[in-house]
Amino acid sequence: MAEFFTATVRGLSQGSVYVMLGLGFVIIYRATQVVNLAAPAIMVFGGTITSMAVIGQGWPFALAVLLGILATAALGAFMERLVMRPMVGEPPFSATMVTVGILIVMTQVVNKMLGVQDRQIGLPLSDRSDQLNIGGEVVGTTADGLPIYLRSVTIFHRELLQLAVVVVVVAGLMAYFKWSRSGIAMRATALDQEVALAQGVNVGRMFGLSWAIAGALSALAGVMVAAGQQGALGRTTAFVALKSLPAIILGGLDSVGGAVVGGFVIGLAEAYTKIYQPESLGANFDQVVPYLVMMLVLLVRPYGLFGTPEVERV
Amino acid sequence: MLFTDYRQDMANLDTPAKRWWTMALIAVVVVAPVVVGTELESRLALVFITAIGAIGLNLVTGYAGQVSLGHAFFLGIGAYTAAVLGGDPDGRALGYGLDITIWLPAAGLLASFIGLLVAPIATRLRGLYLAIVTLGLVFIGEHFFRDWRNLTGGPGTGRAGPRVSLFGFRFDQRSEVFGIDLSAEVKTYFLALSLLIVLAVVARNIVRSRVGRAFAAVRDRDIAAEVMGVPLARTKATAFTVSSFYAGVAGALLTVHTPFVEPGSFGLLTSVDYLAMILIGGMATISGAIIGAAFLGLMPRVVEEFSGSLPFVGDFFSPSELQSMLTGVLIIVFIVVEPRGLFGLWVRVRNYWKAWPFSY
Repeated sequence: MAEFFTATVRGLSQGSVYVMLGLGFVIIYRATQVVNLAAPAIMVFGGTITSMAVIGQGWPFALAVLLGILATAALGAFMERLVMRPMVGEPPFSATMVTVGILIVMTQVVNKMLGVQDRQIGLPLSDRSDQLNIGGEVVGTTADGLPIYLRSVTIFHRELLQLAVVVVVVAGLMAYFKWSRSGIAMRATALDQEVALAQGVNVGRMFGLSWAIAGALSALAGVMVAAGQQGALGRTTAFVALKSLPAIILGGLDSVGGAVVGGFVIGLAEAYTKIYQPESLGANFDQVVPYLVMMLVLLVRPYGLFGTPEVERV
Repeated sequence: MLFTDYRQDMANLDTPAKRWWTMALIAVVVVAPVVVGTELESRLALVFITAIGAIGLNLVTGYAGQVSLGHAFFLGIGAYTAAVLGGDPDGRALGYGLDITIWLPAAGLLASFIGLLVAPIATRLRGLYLAIVTLGLVFIGEHFFRDWRNLTGGPGTGRAGPRVSLFGFRFDQRSEVFGIDLSAEVKTYFLALSLLIVLAVVARNIVRSRVGRAFAAVRDRDIAAEVMGVPLARTKATAFTVSSFYAGVAGALLTVHTPFVEPGSFGLLTSVDYLAMILIGGMATISGAIIGAAFLGLMPRVVEEFSGSLPFVGDFFSPSELQSMLTGVLIIVFIVVEPRGLFGLWVRVRNYWKAWPFSY
């Protein structure tokens, strides 16, 4: 039973990474009808900037994260202006393939920035003792003097921090979209670009803003991934971002609430599969489960749980 | 050009110029092994093989409009079917040592069967949803390939491909044919070339037939197509089946060409590579798929040659990184500037000269 709760917490915290990335995808998709497949590279870029600031220059962690967020937002806006702006009006598939081209180029650049060894992110809470153990009993001590628990629910402090960050971010985004001027302008652009243009919204600036927000969210996600289970930024970290694609498809490509729900569902599915998976399906089956869950949901609802069905005009 | 009957209009090589240039191209390619070195020959053979795969992807994504990021999955199925059916029975991994006439069609047919199973997804989903679901297929396939060590040799280790023998004529050893001494590479080259020619002609014929027109209708306006009487589900299923057949054959030939095939080479990056080939070469054209495969296959060689003369760039990035970056940049440039790819560029040039001196 304790395993189940531990897995739930782990799943929720892993899911919060997917939620962040998913929100980035959805914001870009709603504004521009493009799925930004370059997100994995942008995510690692944000994490790398933070890592370089913390480990390389010795900055305090929060400040380094802020730097990473700003740098990645700037990168997002720059890429939008340079590459995606000429694609306005072209079919969304072509624009999505352009983001694939960006992904290929950015992966090389980011790998060069990362260097040969994995980088640490320097989160202050990543000590082994930074955990909360509920229930269970102490059965001994490790060599470092840490107690060993049996049958207890282990919650790491950083997982709680991740969840708190996601809640704050989602609440902040919702407040932004509901009450701020540019947030409402972005919603107008997402609804109907021409009408928004007629109302005086600078649609180009909204595109750039959506990419910048998505970049900022990706940077946060990159920091969370690097601080998480793996605890390092390496060349394979980017593939974590690909698992957030099932999350947004599940929730519906144009639904912010769907991204949140989808991200947590995928995170939980992965965590539960990890502890309950049968041996016959092979190791690391939990990496494949997000895609299976996505396919099952799509069989029933082809546009995701909360997505709006496309109206087909003949 | 004035065409006086329908056959002339629909012919594959309708102008005399096309006929002569095609024959010249075939002549050049057949004579090439005599002139070029082994390394370039092997690279060209790989170009032919990937061109078969690219034609398959173009049929499903370019002609039928069903975005498929899962091409690598079908390549892998074809590759491992061939490796198992034709592989060395005494080797480390599973193998049955059968003839090429068995494992090559079997690779194509098994891949196309699985394509048929996957096709109903396309009936239900559209656009980006379909693309990401096919991406999921690649990851699921990768997982099972990695896991099934008996079949695939496991990640990093891989396994040897099939022994290529056609009714006893061995392709993987030097032998004499009509007095000419042929090495294994030359035989592989001609095997790949002949299969490419046959399959490309078949693809061209599919495209100009009723089936091909159904593909184009489904791509452009699928509801209108269905209203007109084009059976949507069957057409999409045909597209996936044919494309997977090509992918299966290409995958099987890949195992002949590369000594050791490991599960990691059938992942997302491979799918993206093939997509890049048809995007750069030209969507919805057979020649475009071949041009794209040739371009992406030969570009690393060109980059290697010239990376010395770009000193500042050559310092930061190694040649292989430069190649990857160049691929990405080219995808972006071609989609933004010339959506019809290299073939579209060629059409523009050709039209300019056709209309010259009235080219305005």
